[in-house]
Amino acid sequence: MAEKSYQAGVKDYRKTYWTPDYVPLDTDLLAVFKIVAQAGVPREEAAAAVAAESSTGTWTTVWTDLLTDLDYYKGRAYRIEPVPGDDNAFYAFIAYPIDLFEEGSVVNVLTSLVGNVFGFKAVRSLRLEDIRFPLAYVKTCGGPPNGIQLERDRLNKYGRALLGCTIKPKLGLSAKNYGRAVYECLRGGLDFTKDDENINSQPFMRWQHRFEFVMEAVHKATSETGERKGHYLNVTAPTPEEMYKRAEFAKSLGAPIIMHDFLTAGFTANTGLANWCRENGMLLHIHRAMHAVLDRNPMHGIHFRVLTKCLRLSGGDHLHSGTVVGKLEGDREATIGWVDLMREPFVPENRARGIFFDQDWGAMPGVMPVASGGIHVWHMPALTAIFGDDACFQFGGGTLGHPWGNAAGAHANRVALEACVEARNQGRPVEREGREILTEAAQHSPELKIAMETWKEIKFEFDTVDKLDTGPMLRVVNA
Amino acid sequence: MSEAVAYKSAERRGETFSYLPPMTPDRLRRNIAYLIAQNWNPAIEHTEPEKSMSSFWYLWKLPLFGERSIERILGELEACHRANPGHHVRLIGYDNYAQSQGMAFIVYRAGGR
Repeated sequence: MAEKSYQAGVKDYRKTYWTPDYVPLDTDLLAVFKIVAQAGVPREEAAAAVAAESSTGTWTTVWTDLLTDLDYYKGRAYRIEPVPGDDNAFYAFIAYPIDLFEEGSVVNVLTSLVGNVFGFKAVRSLRLEDIRFPLAYVKTCGGPPNGIQLERDRLNKYGRALLGCTIKPKLGLSAKNYGRAVYECLRGGLDFTKDDENINSQPFMRWQHRFEFVMEAVHKATSETGERKGHYLNVTAPTPEEMYKRAEFAKSLGAPIIMHDFLTAGFTANTGLANWCRENGMLLHIHRAMHAVLDRNPMHGIHFRVLTKCLRLSGGDHLHSGTVVGKLEGDREATIGWVDLMREPFVPENRARGIFFDQDWGAMPGVMPVASGGIHVWHMPALTAIFGDDACFQFGGGTLGHPWGNAAGAHANRVALEACVEARNQGRPVEREGREILTEAAQHSPELKIAMETWKEIKFEFDTVDKLDTGPMLRVVNA
Repeated sequence: MSEAVAYKSAERRGETFSYLPPMTPDRLRRNIAYLIAQNWNPAIEHTEPEKSMSSFWYLWKLPLFGERSIERILGELEACHRANPGHHVRLIGYDNYAQSQGMAFIVYRAGGR
C-alpha cells in the first residue's frame, strides 16, 4: 500500500473521481444530479468534481489523504447522460459507498449530497434528481411510525380514500370557533380535519386551547356518527422540547393523529417525532411547507421525489403529494412517480415518471399521499382514478365554502367519493363518466347538487413549471 | 345563491357506502363481483348496533376462503341476517397481500339505513 507518494497541488478531479468502468454495488448509495457546467469545464470533470465535493474530496491534495483508503471511501461519477431537450445540462450518476453515511440518518446523507457542493463554482447549476437508497441503508431507518395498513385498521376505513379538510381562515380564529368548524366538518362525513401549517401557537389561539376544543369536537362527532375521526393537531414548535410537550398533551386528550412540518422543522426533529409516534401509537401527518423553494426550479435544488424518499425514511404516515388537478404545481406522471415512492414496497426505474433507479423499500411501511389544494367535488372522479384508495383527499375551500356550511360541504364530498368508488367497483371509467356519476349521485343528495352548482366553473389550468425532462429518446453515453 | 338549509342532527353512519342510498340487490351483486375480481377472500361479520364501534364484530362462521360464487356469498349474507335480525351485517374483502381489508361495507343495517 505504500506505492503512493504525496505531491502537493491541485489535480483534475476526473483523474480520481471519474470511473466510467465502475459497476455500482448493491450496497452503494446512488445519486443522479442534473448539472450545467461552467463554460470550458468538460462534463466528466464537472461530474467528477460533484462526486468529489459531495464525498471525500477537497479542492487540493492533502497529505492526510494518504492515511486512509480513499479508493474505498470516494464517491465515483460512473455515468453521464444527456438531458432530453436541453443541450446545456447533463445527468451525472454518482455512486457512494454505504460507509460514508451514518446509519438511520437522512440528515447525514443530505449534508453530504446537497451540502457545500451546491455552492461550488465549477458548476453553474446543480439539481439532485434522484437517490437510490440501498436496502441495507433503508433497513437502518425507522420509517413511517404506523403505515397505511395500520392506519386503516385503527380508523376502520376500508375500500375508499380518506377525506379531510384544512380549517380556514388559516389564521385568526379563537379556539372555540375553530373547534366549531372542526365539529361541523366531521359530523358531515369527513374522516379528518387539519390544522393549517402556520397554525402553531399564536396569541389569537394558544396550542393548549386549540387542542382541548378540537378534541371535544372530534369525540362528539365520533360518537354521533359512529365513525372514527381525527384532527391533525400541529405540534410543530420552536424547539424539540416544546414539540414533544405538545405531542404528549395531544395523546392525553385521546387524539389519534398529530401533524408536523418536516422541512421547516428539520429532519432531526422529524425523525425524533416519528420515533415518539411509533412508541406512543400515534399517527403522524406530514406537511411540506418550504418544499417548492427546494424543488420547483428545474435547474436547481432537490427534486420532490428525493424529499419524498427522505421523508419515508425519516418517518411519517401521511405526506402531501400535490393533486395534479388542483391549484398547486404537479405534473401528472411525475406525481404518480413520487406517489408510488410513498406507498409501494418496490418501485422500478421508470424514466417516463422521472424515476431514475429501482428503489427497494424492503418491509418498510408505506406513506399515505395527501392530495390537497384547490380541489372540490368536480375533481373527485379524477382524484379517484389517479390516486386509488390509498390516499387522503383534502378539500378546504371545497368543504368550508359550501353555501349551506361545513357539514353540508363535508357530506357532499363524502357522497361524491363513495359514488366514484362504487362506479369504479362496477367497472365504469370514472374519469370519463365523472359528470354522469356525480349527477346521478346528486339526485339523492341535495348537498352534492348545490356543491356541483357552486363550483362548476372553477378550473386551474396553468402549465406546470417543473416538467419532466422530455425530448428525443434517452441515449446512454458511455464515455 | 339559495338559502342555507339546516343539516340534520346526529345521524349514525356506517363507514364506506353509508352516505349513498341503501344497498340494492343489483349494486350489492356488482360490489361482490368486484371483490371476487380482486382475488380477495370474502368474510361476513355482524354486531349489535350499540357495539359497532369495536374493531371486532362477531365473525360469521369462517372467512369464505377462495369463494368465487356471487350466489353463495349472497346466501351466507342472508343466512347471517336471518340468524341475527337485530344486527348490522357487513361484507369484507380480505386482501392478504396488503394484509388489510380491500373493502368492507354494511349490507344489512339494523333499523333501516
